[in-house]
Amino acid sequence: MRKPAVRPPLSPLNHTKGNPVTSPKSVRRRWLGSVAAVAASSLLITGCASSSGGGSSSSSGGSSGGGVDGKTVVFIPKSLGNKYFQASDKGGKTAVEEFKGKFQEVGPTEASPTAQSSFIQTATQQQAGAIVLAANDPNAVCADLKAAQQAGVKVVTFDSDTKCRDLFINQVTVQGVADGLVDLMGKHLNGTGKVGIESGGPNATNLNAWVDAIKATMAKKYPNVQIVDVVYGNDVDADSYNAAKGLIQNHPDLNGIIAPDSVAVKEAGHFLSDSPQYQGKVWLTGLGLPSELKDYVHSGVIEQFGLWNPEDLGFLAAYAAKALMAGDIKGKEGDKFEAGKLGSYTVGKDGEVVLGPLKVFDKSNVDQFSF
Amino acid sequence: MTAVAERAPAPAYLRHDKPLWRRVLLRTDTALLVVLIAVILWATVSVPFFAQPFTYSTVLLAMAPILLMVPPVTLIVVTGEIDLSVGSVLGVSSAIFGLLVQHGLPLALAAIVSVLAGSLIGALNGLLVTVLGVPSLAVTIGTLALFRGVAVGLLGTTAITSFPGDAATWLRANIGNLAVPRIILVVVVVAVLFGVVLHATTAGRGIFAIGLSSETALFSGVAVNRTKLLLFVASGTVAALTGVLFTLLYSNAIGTNGIGLELQVVTAIVLGGVSIWGGRGTLFGAIVGALLIGVLSKALQLLNVGSDVIGVITGGALILSVVVASVAGFVSRRRRTAAVVQPSGGP
Repeated sequence: MRKPAVRPPLSPLNHTKGNPVTSPKSVRRRWLGSVAAVAASSLLITGCASSSGGGSSSSSGGSSGGGVDGKTVVFIPKSLGNKYFQASDKGGKTAVEEFKGKFQEVGPTEASPTAQSSFIQTATQQQAGAIVLAANDPNAVCADLKAAQQAGVKVVTFDSDTKCRDLFINQVTVQGVADGLVDLMGKHLNGTGKVGIESGGPNATNLNAWVDAIKATMAKKYPNVQIVDVVYGNDVDADSYNAAKGLIQNHPDLNGIIAPDSVAVKEAGHFLSDSPQYQGKVWLTGLGLPSELKDYVHSGVIEQFGLWNPEDLGFLAAYAAKALMAGDIKGKEGDKFEAGKLGSYTVGKDGEVVLGPLKVFDKSNVDQFSF
Repeated sequence: MTAVAERAPAPAYLRHDKPLWRRVLLRTDTALLVVLIAVILWATVSVPFFAQPFTYSTVLLAMAPILLMVPPVTLIVVTGEIDLSVGSVLGVSSAIFGLLVQHGLPLALAAIVSVLAGSLIGALNGLLVTVLGVPSLAVTIGTLALFRGVAVGLLGTTAITSFPGDAATWLRANIGNLAVPRIILVVVVVAVLFGVVLHATTAGRGIFAIGLSSETALFSGVAVNRTKLLLFVASGTVAALTGVLFTLLYSNAIGTNGIGLELQVVTAIVLGGVSIWGGRGTLFGAIVGALLIGVLSKALQLLNVGSDVIGVITGGALILSVVVASVAGFVSRRRRTAAVVQPSGGP
């Protein structure tokens, strides 16, 4: 089928050889172009046609109960080389090896909205058992995820959700963040004092939800702890430093700062390190990365802070994928599954599974984490 | 080397003309096509899961935005200029399209406005290059940053997703039984259009002439500035059209859409044997270059090669192609010099 398509255009070429005067370069070039184009397209298309019978799409598998041995779980982080996802994927690898699946980590080098698309397609093609994804964009990869699901691949998201998946592993709920941070602060102040909040951007939806929840929880659990101010550092180092400075200088009787934002807590710690006169007077806590805060923890500027453990997050996501692959659960509300050392989990509303309460970091464990 | 020329019998023109096989094969674009076919054959035989229609449809789908933007940028590169702003124009067009659709404009109208916005950005690039005489590299690096900023600024961190889902389904669906998504139809139309202009019209010869020597072209009656301006407008227009299709394809308008695509476009063009100095190359080569990148990275992905290594391999292939082309150019210049010298002693 390919040959006849290629042949005819060849004859004028032969002709030009014998009669060079009538062969301007442009004509020859055009012929060559079309020959090659026809050859290329026919190859592509015949290539497809011939294999469409045998190979067929990957919908054969599905997961009919029981064994997940040897099934591949493909972790797709937002981008490679990100410490946070290196940690979560490490947890995922541990879990997958525990239940004797095959672990694979692939991903883009840059976190653009559509960069994960081709990796999802490839995993679908390779008939992976499950894809565990931290989505760069809630929508951009939906078409590909749906195609994956149709081909029998289970889809679990973590860190960042999409609108098309079987399960979402949420690191922590809004209330979980509020409870964790309010308890750390409330206990340290013995239930009385004045506290400021330093957040990131004033328009960040998740941060605002946390700030509101912290206010409400504090009022309920520790009514004598007064939240005097909320300042914003815009997720920028210098702004966050100045926001902490302003907060402390404007409220001379301030006892504590809650910073539910990793830049804010880091820079508030930075300001306290630079200002020994406030150390011991203002107690700082928040959500931060162990790698960024460990110096402050060792120098005593920060005693305790919270975060979730990304390794556990990846570990749980892998076990959720396993339960889906084995057909133990469908991802409906109320479904229960076991997640190894983390224990038993129940699927909540909208197919969400919550990892658990905040993990508290202090001198004893801050060095154990790479992220 | 000279042995070949001597073996050729009497007719003088044969000395200047290389044998057919060499004329066909020793062109960067046909050589590249051979490489592409070889990669496909190799992958079909030895890469698991490669030999299925899904491979071709996903490669084409992934490369569609790049394939769309390659033709106009190729023409610009042939004139010796460059347009690095196409990724950002895609982003701006996507953002404008999203906002207009969100505000209730019909899809077609929103698309037209977004595409026109792209034409305007192209005109801005073109005017800065032709009227002010600023190098296009500087101009379009500027507009690359500028309009990425505008795109992200228009939408902030939010994404607009209220597009009819069947648009995406329609664009992604295969044409008949072929493993070719429908969006490729647009690619074919654009490529044929620009291919005809470049290779079969006087304007196209003018474009090559500008690339070889802008001054000579000017004195030969080529409207150098007008040609360049039109090409930049065309590039902006097509990039914006790509933005609209990209938005529909992923049902997602966000300011970061298409980030970094400009370099993939230029990579495909240079890999495809188009000289970055202008005056040399074919659109066909540039398109084969894009397909080669797409097929190669799909095959490597299926082999579970990481994207870091894929980057190394693509970059290596690019450098290799440029080096081979310039060595081949050197050899053929040597041979041509020899061919010119020899006949002088002949009859």
